[in-house]
Amino acid sequence: MNTIESGNVAAAMAVKLARAEVIAAYPITPQTPLTEKLSEMIDRGELDAEYVAVESEHSALAVCIGAASAGVRPFTATSANGLLYMSEQVHWAAGARLPLVMCVVNRGVGAPWTVWNDHQDAISQRDAGWIQLFVKDHQEIMDTTLKAFRLAEEVSIPVMVCYDGYYLSHTYMPFDAPEQERVDRFLPPFHYAHTLDPSHPENLNSVTMPDTRTDVHGETAPSYMDIRHNLHREMVQAIDRLEAIDAAFRELFGRGGHPLMEPWRCDDAEFVIVAMGTLANQFRDVVERLREQDGIRAGVLAIHLYRPFPNDRVQAALAGVRGVLVYEKALSYGNQGPLYGDVRSALYDCEPRPAVENFIVGLGGAGIRTGELYRTARQACLEIGRQETPDDAPHWVGLGV
Amino acid sequence: MTRDLFEIMTSNAEAGPGDAGRTGSWRVERPVIDLARCTPAKRGKAACHLCWLYCPDGVISKDLEPEILLEYCKGCGICAEECPTQAIRMVAEAEFVEE
Amino acid sequence: MSTTAAKKTTAVSLDAEEYAHPGNRACTGCTLNTLYRVGLKALGRDCIFAVPPSCLTVVQGLYPISSSQMPILNVTFASTAAAASGIRAAMKRRGKKTQVVAWAGDGGTADIGLQALSAAIERGEDLIYICYDNEAYMNTGVQRSGTTPKGTLTNNTLSGKAEAKKDVPAIVAAHRPAYVATCSAAFPLDFHDKLLKAKGITGFKYIHIHTPCPPGWGVEDRLAIAVGKAAVESGLYDLYEIENGRFRLSGPSQKLLRKKKLPPVSDYFAMQGRFKALDDAYLQAVQQEVDDKWAGYRERFL
Repeated sequence: MNTIESGNVAAAMAVKLARAEVIAAYPITPQTPLTEKLSEMIDRGELDAEYVAVESEHSALAVCIGAASAGVRPFTATSANGLLYMSEQVHWAAGARLPLVMCVVNRGVGAPWTVWNDHQDAISQRDAGWIQLFVKDHQEIMDTTLKAFRLAEEVSIPVMVCYDGYYLSHTYMPFDAPEQERVDRFLPPFHYAHTLDPSHPENLNSVTMPDTRTDVHGETAPSYMDIRHNLHREMVQAIDRLEAIDAAFRELFGRGGHPLMEPWRCDDAEFVIVAMGTLANQFRDVVERLREQDGIRAGVLAIHLYRPFPNDRVQAALAGVRGVLVYEKALSYGNQGPLYGDVRSALYDCEPRPAVENFIVGLGGAGIRTGELYRTARQACLEIGRQETPDDAPHWVGLGV
Repeated sequence: MTRDLFEIMTSNAEAGPGDAGRTGSWRVERPVIDLARCTPAKRGKAACHLCWLYCPDGVISKDLEPEILLEYCKGCGICAEECPTQAIRMVAEAEFVEE
Repeated sequence: MSTTAAKKTTAVSLDAEEYAHPGNRACTGCTLNTLYRVGLKALGRDCIFAVPPSCLTVVQGLYPISSSQMPILNVTFASTAAAASGIRAAMKRRGKKTQVVAWAGDGGTADIGLQALSAAIERGEDLIYICYDNEAYMNTGVQRSGTTPKGTLTNNTLSGKAEAKKDVPAIVAAHRPAYVATCSAAFPLDFHDKLLKAKGITGFKYIHIHTPCPPGWGVEDRLAIAVGKAAVESGLYDLYEIENGRFRLSGPSQKLLRKKKLPPVSDYFAMQGRFKALDDAYLQAVQQEVDDKWAGYRERFL
């Protein structure tokens, strides 16, 4: 069904199609309309689910942790400080291998207060053990959320679907909402390997020792580090699984094909701009201009899967280019952009190694003017490889003073 | 789609005794029951059972002649203290050491 | 309407089956261990626990061994009542009557868990929430909590805690949940029967248990039950129930109403190393408070 709705409503529609059964949420801008919509759907009888109106984000994820551990598909969503407030639970859910899906409607983090978009909230949780997907339009919110449920439940690792606050959450775009019957074929009923069950009692997530211990059957049980190593290993395996799920999705719905990253005009590109979220879309205009006005063969690579980071695919996508320009809306303070660090690391073994430049844009919703992106990208393309010593400090775009 | 590739390792414990090992080794004093003074033993029918009720570790049996599971008894002495007929004495473990 | 008094459980009639295993990590003389054993007998097997970090985490066992035969979800410190709500919501979705039980310590209830607890009561979640109050952070090695009584020596109140004990059951009662009860580990059968009653009530049920801790309180192991009894029988710590907003003294406390004179509270304090710093003036003031409280009870209930 083709429709025109806001990004938040697109997410709510996806959650409904996924038949989430427990919704726990706490309001925060710009996530609020998403969870309001879900409560409305439940109120109207359109979505058969429990809505738990919690008193905090920490509790929102706690409810989801409880519900998933007890065998039911939950959903929550948040933004910015809400995500940080639930951070302890974010880590907990990953360690417990809970197949959760959460939308993060990206917003800058206080202080000072800002309600506007950047990616610092989600990026601050990148090492928590969640799969992180970034999307760039309403159709991707819909499709990625559906795929996220299947991915989370197949690999038993929680998944964050990240989309830009306001740029996507509050704007209206046309998109297709698939039919329920086909979604049901795509997404099997919820499954968690260690469901709490009085007929098969287990004590979940108790203190786990630094060394292995013998269990009640006389077998060796893993240590904490074994369990954490398994999370890492299976998170890396989730990259292939996401591709398989995307292929299945494509077969059923005719959309997809770029689950990890999406190159645009990269085939002959000498320079590739790497970005996440709506910023990657904005760069399509920049690329066209660079090609038409300056004859610079540029392309843009939108990273969809940020964690686990698909290092070899990123390397393959960028090998052979002269320069890579990483534009991002987050920062590892005192160092550089996190995505820049990841991309640069992925390219370390390339021969020849492309030059990589870092640009910080749009923190706290700072205006991102296409003209300014064009000017900075053009200059970087012209100067790349000409500096005496490459400078890895980030360039700031859009500062006012 | 198989889940075979994914082991999904978690901390999921199963029930069993002796999580802390043989906790009887913690004991400094051992409870010794004098059945001649023990109410259910004397009466030959279910009665009292306060030692069983209060035992933190559940190592005293709810029997007419209560038995103490010394493998796990930590020797707190609550049974001796709460026994209304003073049928339980705490005896230093040293007395049970066989040379 | 208050429910009619069910037949009281005795040690003789109490379920002989054990749902917890011996050889766990509870300290010698731990009264939580007794409560847990007896509590499980009241709850039966069709229940799921949510437990935050506390002594109970350790008592229930370290991976891969569980000293409990119950399904248990260990949860983060502040999230007990919320995680339990999530389990409850899942049970509702799955059409199960399984009783969901949150079981936390005083720190996890009165301090870090209070926000989630308050919200769960306000939402009217169908849960049993048990707080075993050993009056300090015992699992981390005896630091003051919100329920540590005034004057108590702990490892971060070296001259005695300056502030009064937070009255958590009263805070809970102010939310007007379905059921509030106070208990003492020294009276496990009273706890057992209150738990049985709570199981039969729909809505939020809160049970607060005074739980002697020999190492934390500076009490000989063997006296762990005796010191708990002294707290109740001196009239210092009251056992009561609040059903549908109606308060009544219950169990051993109710029996005190007809006693002419209660043992002095100073006997209770004198049994414990943690109260060494209390002076006579303070003890007299506490005695006066207790006497006034009981004069009020007698006026109200006799």
